Amino acid sequence: MQERADRLLAIADDELVLGWRDSEWTGIAPYLEEDVAFSSIAQNEVGHARALYELAAGDLGTTADELAFDRSPSEYRCVPLVEQRLADWADTIARHYLYELADELRIARLRESDDEEVAGLAAKIEREETYHRIHAQMWADRLAGEPRFVAAVERLWPAAVALLEENLRPQLGERAGRDLPSTTVLVGLERGAHTDELAELWHEMTSVRRSVPGAAW
Amino acid sequence: MSIWEVFRQERKGQPFQHAGSLAAPDERFAEEYAREQYGRRGESVALWVVPREAVHEIDEFPDELQRNYHRVDGYPLKEKLKEARARAGTG
Repeated sequence: MQERADRLLAIADDELVLGWRDSEWTGIAPYLEEDVAFSSIAQNEVGHARALYELAAGDLGTTADELAFDRSPSEYRCVPLVEQRLADWADTIARHYLYELADELRIARLRESDDEEVAGLAAKIEREETYHRIHAQMWADRLAGEPRFVAAVERLWPAAVALLEENLRPQLGERAGRDLPSTTVLVGLERGAHTDELAELWHEMTSVRRSVPGAAW
Repeated sequence: MSIWEVFRQERKGQPFQHAGSLAAPDERFAEEYAREQYGRRGESVALWVVPREAVHEIDEFPDELQRNYHRVDGYPLKEKLKEARARAGTG
């Protein structure tokens, strides 16, 4: 049970933190329609996190809110890729594109799980992620020749590889048409490592909940 | 960026009605934005996404001879109904 919870938490934390980062574009995305679309994607990611936390919470005898907000930053299992605060749209789309590429493989693996609860939830998540991928892909195609975007994908690639367990990485490399980074490049990017930006995000994200400990919202 | 007109169908079998317009760089973006703006709350079962250039607007309807019997308001039914009822003694 602890092992299943740990696996679910890794994904839930990725989705929550990425959803939070993506939501930072709400109100300031390049144009109104994109603002609506990207905010919606951010909201979906947080929704996926919630469902995953609920499943994990059942195993751990706690609640989704406690898992999402009452752990210390060092206890989160998200990868550095999602923690970074990206103030540039090309960087944001590069991360979105790479994340969706990797996440698809991860969800596909979960859907094949013998654990019916996990497989069922993964199938639900997948139905929404399909549209995230369409969104990511159309942006990636549109920005394909844009030097800022090309450089951003190049820079974020190693961190995106670190999102996946090692056995899924070769498949990601194939899909992206890129070589896998060496282990030295991956130092500090692997799951378990955290950036200072996570603590900052955590502070903001949990501020309301911490203002009245134990309150029911 | 070009403008796209979005029509939505609330329930199967019902006519599509104009939902609004949006700006998008191409067809793929337009479809994605239409889905987010007019479909994600379960308010539509289908959408039509149409480039504004594809819409042919007609806004001139000449009626030089005042043939008001062509118009919806040109045929005062109320008065005629009243007279008919009076004749029949049911009014």
